[in-house]
Amino acid sequence: MEIFDLTIHELHEKLKAKEVSSVEATRAMLDRIEAVDGQVNAYITVTPEQALVEAEAADRRIAAGDIAPLTGIPMGLKDIFITKGIRTTCGSRILENFVPPYDGTAVAKLKEQGAVIVGKLNQDEFAMGSSNESSYFGPVKNPWNLECTPGGSSGGSAAAIAARTATATLGTDTGGSIRQPASHCSCVGVKPTYGRVSRYGVIAYASSLDQVGPLTRDVTDAALLLGAVAGYDPKDSTSVNTPVPDYLAGLKSGVKGLKIGLPKQYFIEGLDPDVKRAMDEAIALYKSLGAELREVSLPHTEYAVATYYLIATAEASSNLARYDGVRFGHRAEEVRGLKEMFAKTRAEGFGSEVKRRIMLGTYALSSGYYDAYYVKAQKVRTLIMQDFLNAFNEVDVLLTPIAPTPPFKIGEKLADPLQMYLSDIFTIPVNLAGTCGISIPAGFSAAGLPIGLQLIGKPFGEATILSTAYAFEQETQWHLKKAPL
Amino acid sequence: MKYQVVIGLEVHTQLTTNTKIFCGCSTKFGSEPNSQTCPVCLGFPGALPVLNRQVVEYAIRAGLATNCSITQRNVFARKNYFYPDLPKGYQISQFDLPICQHGHLDIEVEGETKRIGITRIHMEEDAGKLVHADIQGVGDDSCVDLNRACTPLLEIVSEPDMRSPDEAIAYLKKLHQIVMYLGICDGNLEEGSFRCDANVSLMPVGSTVFGTRAELKNINSFKFIKQAIEYEIERQAEILDDGGKVIQETRLFDPNTGTTRSMRGKEEAHDYRYFPDPDLVPVLIPDQWIEDVRSELPELPEAKRARYVAELGLPEYDAEVLVSSRELAQYYEETVALFPQAKIVSNWVMGEVARALNEDNNRSITDCPVTPALLADLLKLMEKGTISGKIAKTVFDEMYKTGKAPEKIVEEKGLVQVSDTGAIEAMVDEVLNANPGQVEQYRGGKETVFGFFVGQVMRASKGKANPAVVNELLLKKLKA
Ligand SMILES: [Zn+2]
Repeated sequence: MEIFDLTIHELHEKLKAKEVSSVEATRAMLDRIEAVDGQVNAYITVTPEQALVEAEAADRRIAAGDIAPLTGIPMGLKDIFITKGIRTTCGSRILENFVPPYDGTAVAKLKEQGAVIVGKLNQDEFAMGSSNESSYFGPVKNPWNLECTPGGSSGGSAAAIAARTATATLGTDTGGSIRQPASHCSCVGVKPTYGRVSRYGVIAYASSLDQVGPLTRDVTDAALLLGAVAGYDPKDSTSVNTPVPDYLAGLKSGVKGLKIGLPKQYFIEGLDPDVKRAMDEAIALYKSLGAELREVSLPHTEYAVATYYLIATAEASSNLARYDGVRFGHRAEEVRGLKEMFAKTRAEGFGSEVKRRIMLGTYALSSGYYDAYYVKAQKVRTLIMQDFLNAFNEVDVLLTPIAPTPPFKIGEKLADPLQMYLSDIFTIPVNLAGTCGISIPAGFSAAGLPIGLQLIGKPFGEATILSTAYAFEQETQWHLKKAPL
Repeated sequence: MKYQVVIGLEVHTQLTTNTKIFCGCSTKFGSEPNSQTCPVCLGFPGALPVLNRQVVEYAIRAGLATNCSITQRNVFARKNYFYPDLPKGYQISQFDLPICQHGHLDIEVEGETKRIGITRIHMEEDAGKLVHADIQGVGDDSCVDLNRACTPLLEIVSEPDMRSPDEAIAYLKKLHQIVMYLGICDGNLEEGSFRCDANVSLMPVGSTVFGTRAELKNINSFKFIKQAIEYEIERQAEILDDGGKVIQETRLFDPNTGTTRSMRGKEEAHDYRYFPDPDLVPVLIPDQWIEDVRSELPELPEAKRARYVAELGLPEYDAEVLVSSRELAQYYEETVALFPQAKIVSNWVMGEVARALNEDNNRSITDCPVTPALLADLLKLMEKGTISGKIAKTVFDEMYKTGKAPEKIVEEKGLVQVSDTGAIEAMVDEVLNANPGQVEQYRGGKETVFGFFVGQVMRASKGKANPAVVNELLLKKLKA
């Protein structure tokens, strides 16, 4: 077992016992990045100097007996997180050289604990994508099969876990952007309830859907990292002032008597047979552990993708207006006049998927279309939320696949955006409902590609989905398998 | 004139909160460009707005003072457009649920009272400022100063209820007075704390169908507002007379020429794509909050004026002048509290105090070196007969210059009124002896000479003789 293979809690024990120093762990991680990231492309920016300075500081802290769960742990951040003094690109040319003057809240919380940031991770441009192919910095390769995508948009965050180039990472999930890549890379990813983690200092894609969450090697790490970043933040008006439970302490609650719902709209014809098999095995396992499984209905599921692509793009069209070349980021050269500066800056700075979504969203908000698209979508969103609340009157947790298929080949779906959009069909409704979901490793396809399982909880029911996931993890070995890299 | 003018006004008042509406930066005017900014008001990626609740309270104040109903569930909306002074590419404003609606103000024009409807008042953030090369000499570039970005504004929109420039001015002055009384706006037109856009249209007299309107912008004084509207009436009348059509457009007022010119080409028809801002949660205003604000509202000018007339017995005119600003009214009331002769105080405040401040570069009443306490002391000295009214004015000027107490000045300068009959009698005798001709005339029936004697005695006493005693002695001696 190499240092870079360890989980947070394993490394923490070694740091605490002084079997290894944070500097050693950080160097090991930096060396690992050096060795394999050329093939994976999970990192946009690696920050060895700062990382070692932070590691030294962590070691001093540890020596002084002041060790927090994340002290000295080498971590990566999706490049959507604003980091003071470290370039933050959001996967876009328009922010290629943007060095922010401040830290976001989640990052500040990690730093407070003494975590070591080894670099910024690749992602779809502005988190818009399901395959990490829209990044200006090139696609991320799936460590399980370099010809496949790692999923998106937090593709780098998931691939770094699978490639063991970070002990843990943070991602963001707007329509599945943590859970889907976690599934494709065989790691654990949590999309917390909307308002659970502050969005301050997270570059906005779709403000009413975006949520920060952990990607880790196991459920224990996920509980630990979620606990570290969760909580009310006065700087984010949409964060919710409700206490953060001790997720770690609740992990071993078990699933005996737990009511698990199987939404019939998620177990459809056309589900990949390998995915279907993995789901059946998981269902059988939970049954054997004493959970009660029953079918439930989420009747408005079929409208989720359309609803999402109206609301998310509408918000994005406004959120991305600030990239105008005036105050920061890319500015086109040799322009005549203001309008040309705006137009050329944005034409050069944004990639095609971002432009497509800005246009979609602008259209949905336009006068004459607003009621038919944006307002209608909001109404459907309410119905979808209601679906979940109704289901949670009957059951405690929902069990579904994460994606209809195992990871697909790079380039396979690029020509057909609609096909790409549909690959998020099982994750998007959770964001629309504003509730929480987790993806955990649940098997492999015949071709050896990872398959994830989704557990969906009630709003602020993270503790329940974590303990449900933990019970599964205790009985399976999937999370222990290493990508061949 | 065969046309009736129809005027609606949109006023932007900058609120006097210490910090901006969605971040903690200072709202102070006139600082180094971009020195009062942070990631939020610069529109940096990842930054989020947090509402300053003081702004909501100020808006409730404005709404209650203008007879509006208060919306209890408020939603902020994004108004999307690109401009370099707008950091986020959208302005956070309110759209379909403004905080105040359906209000009114009563104005008086030529003795007639008229009710002007207030459609809505909403909260929003201001934009920054562009500094262009051609005016500021900064080379070939345009510069952006974002100190003003994200400062809180109330936009107060009237109904198109005004029918003359005078009505428009009366409405604006009234509104201006109210926001100043409420302490929510410093009212400075030149610095842009109180900005007005005017929608002006003409229709044939007797018609009920409004004509096409022009929106006039960039008007930063009451005088210019009148000028701009008057010019616009003339311009539109000419077009209509020639059988032409007024175009709906935004026009910029040019204070140098007193004319308006089209902004066409600079500002196109916008589709602002308003939608609720997902970064902010709805602001709920419970009844209790409204009642708390209502109970803390200051007495407004209208009520104050009525009270001055009814309770203090002041003439309408005095009351009107004294309530013109909250500070002036406060000065007056503080003085009256110490020297409870309402009309005498009013005469002094409107007379000597106003004159002195006026001559002193229009100094503010709040900086007046003669405080209400000092003024009351002066008036008491006068009442006691220690000094005459005439001397009191001299003492006042000295107080204004030095800030000294009136007793001290009277003592230092020996200005105590002489009421000593013996001393005055000697002066009277001297004057009568020196002017036997005039004494003859008086006794011959020409009583108008009396004033001459009084003047002579007062001069002899250097103004210190008590005029009542002088009169009395003169009469006695002349009639003898
Ligand atoms: Zn600020």
